[in-house]
Order: sequence, then C-alpha cells, then structure tokens
Amino acid sequence: MFKNMMSWIEYRLPFMDKLNLHVVQYPAPKNFNFWYFFGSLAIVVLINQIVTGIWLTMSYEPSAEGAFASIEYIMRDVEYGWLLRYMHSTGASAFFVVVYLHMLRGMMYGSYQKPRELLWIFGMLIFLVLMAEAFMGYMLPWGQMSYWGAQVIISIFGVIPFIGDDLTLWIRGDYVISGATLNRFFALHVIALPLVLVVLVFLHIMALHEVGSNNPDGIDIKRDNDGTVELTEADKKFTFHQYFTRGGKKVIVDAIPFHPYYTVKDLVGLAGFLFIFAFVIFFMPEGGGFFLEPPNFEVANPMKTPDHIAPVWYFTPFYAILRAIPDPLFGAIAMFASIIALALLPWIDRGKVRSVRYRSELHRWNLVMFCVSFVVLGVLGVLPATPTYTILSQIFSFTYFAFFGLLWVYSKNEKTKPLPVRLT
Amino acid sequence: MMKTLFSAVALLASSLAMAAGPTIPLDKAPIDLRDQASLQNGAKLYQNYCLGCHQMQYQRYSRTFKDLGIPEELGMEHLMFTGEKVGDHITNSMPAEYAETSFGVLPPDLTNVARVRGADWLYTYLRTFYVDESRPFGVNNKVFPQVGMPHVLQELQGVPTRAYETRLVDGQSTEVYVGIRTDGSGELSTEEYDRAVADLVNYLVYTGEPTKLESHALGTKVLIFIFIFFVLAYFLKKEYWKDVH
Repeated sequence: MFKNMMSWIEYRLPFMDKLNLHVVQYPAPKNFNFWYFFGSLAIVVLINQIVTGIWLTMSYEPSAEGAFASIEYIMRDVEYGWLLRYMHSTGASAFFVVVYLHMLRGMMYGSYQKPRELLWIFGMLIFLVLMAEAFMGYMLPWGQMSYWGAQVIISIFGVIPFIGDDLTLWIRGDYVISGATLNRFFALHVIALPLVLVVLVFLHIMALHEVGSNNPDGIDIKRDNDGTVELTEADKKFTFHQYFTRGGKKVIVDAIPFHPYYTVKDLVGLAGFLFIFAFVIFFMPEGGGFFLEPPNFEVANPMKTPDHIAPVWYFTPFYAILRAIPDPLFGAIAMFASIIALALLPWIDRGKVRSVRYRSELHRWNLVMFCVSFVVLGVLGVLPATPTYTILSQIFSFTYFAFFGLLWVYSKNEKTKPLPVRLT
Repeated sequence: MMKTLFSAVALLASSLAMAAGPTIPLDKAPIDLRDQASLQNGAKLYQNYCLGCHQMQYQRYSRTFKDLGIPEELGMEHLMFTGEKVGDHITNSMPAEYAETSFGVLPPDLTNVARVRGADWLYTYLRTFYVDESRPFGVNNKVFPQVGMPHVLQELQGVPTRAYETRLVDGQSTEVYVGIRTDGSGELSTEEYDRAVADLVNYLVYTGEPTKLESHALGTKVLIFIFIFFVLAYFLKKEYWKDVH
C-alpha cells in the first residue's frame, strides 16, 4: 500500500530520485576540513532568522511611534520574547561571521576558479542581499543607532552625481528618515529580501551540485573514464547518482556520499557552533556592544545626533574604506569597488592551481595581507575618524586593493608546487 | 612588508588605548541582581526621587513587584502614589512642554538607561555632583559636565563639594582633584549614600533587562544540553566514518 503510494508519487514527482541526486548519492570529496562547516551553518542561521523573525513580526509594530515600544514589549511582556529577539539579533551577527569564514574558505582553496565562477557570483549576490537585509533589519528597533546609522548609509547614495538627491529621497520615501522609511524597510526586510535570499541560496546550491564541491587540495574528483584512472577499493565502495558519472563517461575518485558522512560530520560542527551561539544569546546578548550597540537602547531622536555613529561591525571594513578617501564620491566608489573586486575574483585570478596548499609563497602572504587588511579595516571602521586612523585606513584600504592587483599580476605565470594525483 | 604591517597594527593598538572616555575614571558599581533587598531599596529610591521627572514607561509595576519579591498590596501601598493599576507602566504625568522649559531638555526615560550608559557610569555620576553656582540649579557634575539635572539626592548626601589636595607634580605643587566631600548635612553617611546609590543603580540594571537572571539560568541548561549533543554527535560521526578511514 505504502509502496504503491510512493511509486505513484515518484512517477509524478521524482522526490526520492532528487533526494539521491542531491543528498544520499551526491559525491563529496572525502577530505573536507574545519573550513567546510560554514556553508551548512549559514543555512542553519538563515532558518533561525526566518523562524524567529516570523514570531517577532507577530508582536512588532512598524511605526515611528510604536516600533521602539513594541520591541520593549517583546523583551518584557511576550513569553520568551527576549529569547526570540536575542536569537534574531545574535543570528544577524552570526550570519556574517559564518559567511565571512565561508568566503575566506573559497579564497583559500580557489573555490571560485573555473568552473565555479557562477557559483561564486551567486554567493556574492547572497552577500549583497544579506547586507541589505541586515541594514534594513537594524533600522526596525528604531533606536538611536537604527536611525543615525541608516542616515549615514542612505546618505552614501546621495553622492552619486545628478541623481543622488532624488535617489535618497526615493529610498527614504520622505525628506528625512521617518515612519514611511521604517514601513518600507519593514516590508523589504520581512518579505522581499528573504524571498530573494532563499531563491539565491537555492540557485547557489544547484550551481554547486552541478559543478561539484571543491576541496582543500583543489583537484577534481571527477575524472574522464579513459581507462587511465586507477580505482581503489574505497572508490568502489560507494554508489553515486548516475547523473554525476554521466552514464559511465566519468569516474569518481576519493568521494563519499554526502549523506550520511557529511550530515553526521556537520552535526558535530553544528553542535560546536550552537554552543558559542547559545553562549552569546544567554550570557552576552549585546556582544560587547557590537551586536546590540548601547545607544540603540534609546529611542530614535531626529533632534539629537549621537557623539559617535558607527555602523554594525559587519559593515565596518567597507565603511573604513569609504571614510579613508576624503572625497565622498570617490569614497563611495572605492567602497563599492571593494565588493565588486571580490565578485570579480574568478577573472582577476588567472592561476590554474586552486588551493593555497600548492600555490606560491607569494600567494600565501598576499592572502594573509588581505585578511589582515580586512580585519584592521573592520576595527578602524568602528573608531572615530581621527587623522591617525584616517591614515591607517588609507594604508589598509591600499593593501586591501593591492591583494587583487598583485594576484592579477603574478597568477598568470605563478610558480606552483606539483599537484597530487589523489586527495590527501 | 610584514614588518610594516605589524608596526601599523601595534600603532593602532596603542592609540586604541587612548580612545576618548569620561574625564574621570569610573568607579565600579557593586551590582548584584540576586540581592532583592538592594533592588527593593533601589525601587523605593527611584519612586521617591526619580519618577517625578523620569518615566520608566516600558516597565510595569506588576513586573517589578513579581521579580523583586514585593507583595502586590505592599507595593501598591508604598510604591504607587497616583492611583495607577498594578498592571500599568511606571509613568509620571509631567507635561513635556513643562519639562522642556524647566530643564532645557525632556528628562529621558530611564527604563534602559543602564544599557545605554552602563552601571559604572551611573554609579559614578550619581556620586559626583558638586556645588557650582554658575549653573542654573547650583550644581554641576564630574561625569556629565554642564548637566541640566538638579542634585535630587542632596537631602541624602548633603551638600557636595570638590576636594583638592596639593601634590608635587613634575617638581611643581599642583592642586589635584581627589573626590567629592559633603558637609555632612545629609541624612546618610558617605558609606550609606554610596550603598543607596548602588541599590538604585542595581535596580536600573534590573529594569534594563528584567530577564537577565532567567536568561542565565536557562542558558546554563541549554549549554549543558548542547554539550551532551556535541559528545553524542562526535561519537556518531566517528562510528560512521569508520567506513571511510
């Protein structure tokens, strides 16, 4: 009876086949390390944001008059409202932590290189939408930083020649940030952008499964079946979906099915992540003033500018680049360029070897320089713009961009180490 | 190259240490959210000295009574003055226009003030008012210069003045600020006053986040659960991966 029903469904919608294709018989390289936890963790955080977000909207009031009070209502009067709110606010920061580490993984092992360019582009689009989503979400509590942080970020669009002023007016829906702005940001934050995000994540995973996962060695696990590939006992042990072997044209080496091997492994990573995540939620929900900034516990006041306006920590590297350049227009261009440059990595990097393990010493240090620049710019973006800090921001903005310039130059004829034949 | 990087990071770190802050070092507030007697005294002080100007419009009386272990009848008798209901928010009826003309600014709501300013700031602020005849209310403050608020706790503290000591600095005798002294006309001794301010700040820390103790208690259980889950997940992974290794 059950079997008949299943085959009835399977004939009309091949659910089991798709499950095999993407999970049970999906060939994943057997050597994923610590850095490969962050993709699945990003999905977990996305689900956390959606679920807690749904419950928060049940008690939130999107109006300039009522927003701040409704957050306090959630924090004090709604059963476990404080927990939902902290899970959501901590989740926003956690999202960027895992996404930044996920991107760094891609850069270390060359996961953006051919044939994964489109996969990388989808990832960058997710990053962009995530930034917009976080920015709009941060306005909703209608605290002092919600208001003034939004003021700063929206004014960035005002530097665009000719259309700048009209553009900021169009974004705000008013001459100043007001209830009208809050309402549209609410609509975008809870409906439009999450939908886009989910679609992009779906496309990201589909694109991944089409070309297959990269790995820390950066070599392919799918080989042409021309009789030269020696299969080990381990290679013959698992069955993979015929889609990946292209009807026998390909053989797959050093791979294991995603389920159960990586599902159980990701469970371990998930537990480790949840431990830290829960610790922050329950014991330090303000995240030292970085996840929830102290001035944001005060209701937005358009007449009172805070002493020091800093965007939330995950924007500060880019904000530091913006401020490093005295001219606002060129500052904004530099800031957008810093993100575009990341998106163009597959074409800036002309190397054929993917993993940092087998690339030149120069590349290794270049990557270190990039990471140091990113972190230091993040710190500088939090601090007030004193002359010393501005000079430092300029130096590290330069080294940030120098990473891409250097990479383009040396990657063409880079001296790389020999690649292993099989995964190590 | 790397050397330059490191020295730049070092420079950044050293300048960070000099980042702007209050003009005097803040005293550490002795906060204990489990001390209900302290919280109750803090609530009493708040109702008597602060609420006239500063609302606590996001906190309800009933919540305060429940969390602080105050029986409702007792709370209604001693902490509610203008016939509110026990489920009402802790508000006052000062008209905004009146407040602005009297103080120059609308006295801020204090429900979350401990999360905005920090407990140490509040504890130091309330203990560093001093006589300054040039100000409208005759007092100024070491932590919040040119503050628009009168020293409402003066009847408890007495009349506070700045104390200086002559000290040798770089071979020259200089007057150095050493703290606030009172003339002893207040109801409380200096130690008692510090204790009273600590109680008040304790209460403000509580109202900023009434769920803090609940959060810590639940958080401990959640962390233990996740740890057990981690151990099980680890051995499950090990078992499955025997096939691979």
